[in-house]
Amino acid sequence: MTASTDAYGATTHDVDDDTPVLNATGGDWDDLVDEAAALGEERLVVNMGPQHPSTHGVLRLVLELDGETVTEARAGIGYLHTGIEKNMEFRTWTQGVTFCTRMDYVMPLFNEAVFCLSVEKLLGITDQIPARAQAIRVLMMELNRVTSHLVCLATGGMEMGATTVMTIGFRERERILRIFEAISGLRMNHAYIRPGGVAGDLPAGTIDQVRENIPLVRQGIKELEALLNENPVLKARMCDVGYLDLTGCMALGITGPVLRSTGLPHDLRKAEPYCGYEKYDFDVVTWDTCDAYGRYRVRIDEMYQSLRIVEQVLKELDENPGPVMVEDKKIAWPAQLAVASDGQGNSLDHIREIMGESMESLIHHFKLVTEGFRVPPGQAYVGIESPKGEIGCHTVSDGGTRPYRAHFRDPSFNNLQAVAAMSEGGAVADIIVAVASIDPVMGGVDR
Amino acid sequence: MSDQDKSAEPTTTDAVTPGELAEVQAPSEPVKIADRKGMFGSSLGNDTSGYGGLDRPVLFPGAATKPYGSYFDDLANNLQVSLRQRGGDIESAVERVVVDRGELTLFVAREHLPLVAQVLRDEPALRFEQCLSVSGVHYPQETGRELHAVYHFFSITNGSKRVRVEVTAPDDDPHIPSIVETYPGADWHERETWDMFGIIFDGHPALTRILMPDDWPGHPQRKDYPLGGIPVEYKGATVPPPSDRRSYK
Repeated sequence: MTASTDAYGATTHDVDDDTPVLNATGGDWDDLVDEAAALGEERLVVNMGPQHPSTHGVLRLVLELDGETVTEARAGIGYLHTGIEKNMEFRTWTQGVTFCTRMDYVMPLFNEAVFCLSVEKLLGITDQIPARAQAIRVLMMELNRVTSHLVCLATGGMEMGATTVMTIGFRERERILRIFEAISGLRMNHAYIRPGGVAGDLPAGTIDQVRENIPLVRQGIKELEALLNENPVLKARMCDVGYLDLTGCMALGITGPVLRSTGLPHDLRKAEPYCGYEKYDFDVVTWDTCDAYGRYRVRIDEMYQSLRIVEQVLKELDENPGPVMVEDKKIAWPAQLAVASDGQGNSLDHIREIMGESMESLIHHFKLVTEGFRVPPGQAYVGIESPKGEIGCHTVSDGGTRPYRAHFRDPSFNNLQAVAAMSEGGAVADIIVAVASIDPVMGGVDR
Repeated sequence: MSDQDKSAEPTTTDAVTPGELAEVQAPSEPVKIADRKGMFGSSLGNDTSGYGGLDRPVLFPGAATKPYGSYFDDLANNLQVSLRQRGGDIESAVERVVVDRGELTLFVAREHLPLVAQVLRDEPALRFEQCLSVSGVHYPQETGRELHAVYHFFSITNGSKRVRVEVTAPDDDPHIPSIVETYPGADWHERETWDMFGIIFDGHPALTRILMPDDWPGHPQRKDYPLGGIPVEYKGATVPPPSDRRSYK
């Protein structure tokens, strides 16, 4: 298909029949409105996005409108495609983490975790990952789940015009991002979870930082709840909007809060536990309204559950000082992270060892870092419960030091297919709410 | 043993304890899918190591023999019975069964895919409600079956069971039937696989590009499609693009 046959992307020159095309690029809006009014047509086809503040990034919605009613809605994606999967085929398995963490930039730790779990399955070392590394992964993922849900609520609120929701959401998220920065050195795009474990043990003081911040974040979520739960304006905007029942979810492969808002308690953390989730006590939150309001309530309650898990993880971390990288020296990244006067980097002890003490250590470091490790041929698929639903990673190895193929099943990519089912027949304003309730992040959708 | 097996709850028909898989799985003849030549060097062929003539086969896990272990035997039996009820048969539909790393892969002949998908979804004992993902893989050296479409199915009803279905097509006839009719959620996934690999899913309602621009030539994820990139100058030296850097094979 070429651009000229795309009816929705047409300009006046491309259309053979007498279909009127109005272009709103530059010029005076009043002229456009007058022109549209002169046509006397109620049916309009409108391109909403890809540059629109309410479409969660660069999502293009092609809407066929009859007055205020949406008769057809189609989502156009691909505006943020960066070829991450292709790029990963040209880097080592460990370097792959730095690429995939940038996919869905609101939940970077889940991207990393699912890729690493998939690589570990290929390597057959799933059982050898130290318990402390698994606990740190859970800690990071659950904190990340809170930030992701906060962003969803904050931006969703802003799109409906509630800027206070946005400021509260981002304020609370910032507390957790500071924790991420203290642990991994970065607020986003951490590349902290690595095949075999994590990049470094928790720096001193970070556990206390987490402990201090949990009550504050919980307080912030309570504030959001007090502001929103029974807010008549919010309920008028969200109740019965973006309706998608269980049948629809099953047919479209929907997972995550959208599925749980239909009442089905499906959560991969319970269904097929990974990273030791079976050790932690938490509830799978469901709601029964199948609408945007139900998804909002699911997300709010999931944040409390995540904090509950974080508290249990902290207890486990106190009891378990063990290593954070797999024992196999042919796989384990040789260095740990440490903070020096010039910022975070390889630990000074390690630098001293390879540069001053042991030639063999230097050779080992050099081989592992430049060449990487080899992964036995075959393929593996791992799915984990991300804030948006099941994120899956299908990796194929041909026995080399780089992925032969890495494919990500991004939950937003899949769930965006539900836009048509959720919004056709509703008002234009409800599309914004419906899309926000899916919580798509285009970085993950387009990869 | 993966996380997945640990959590596989035994149902009434599935009384296999986790951990049994490794014992019953018989060693099988691996399948050669490609040859790896040389030791290292970029794709430009500048291997200066002296090992340039090295020639090693890439061996993928081969066909498994019964019993497969875990819930896989029940799944295969149920599939066999249901296929027969609907006028198919497992011998012609499933070319190869691979059990590897605790995962079951069914290599399905492409003309049988719609029926297999239908059975996987509709048969109560199977009930894979969701087609989670369609992924493509390009094996240029596997003559006659260069393009693979890899489907991951998931059953919530039967206690978190997964099955992978792999369908192959030759490069010069890249057609695979679409399963959108059975799994509407596969719509975008198939479009992505068409976009990235050029596999034509026959019967798809609107098989257009999804990630690349509509008028883009070529299919970027194929192995014969270059990564692209330009050399970067840094402090007087030049760093070649990633695809031209020395790499280890």
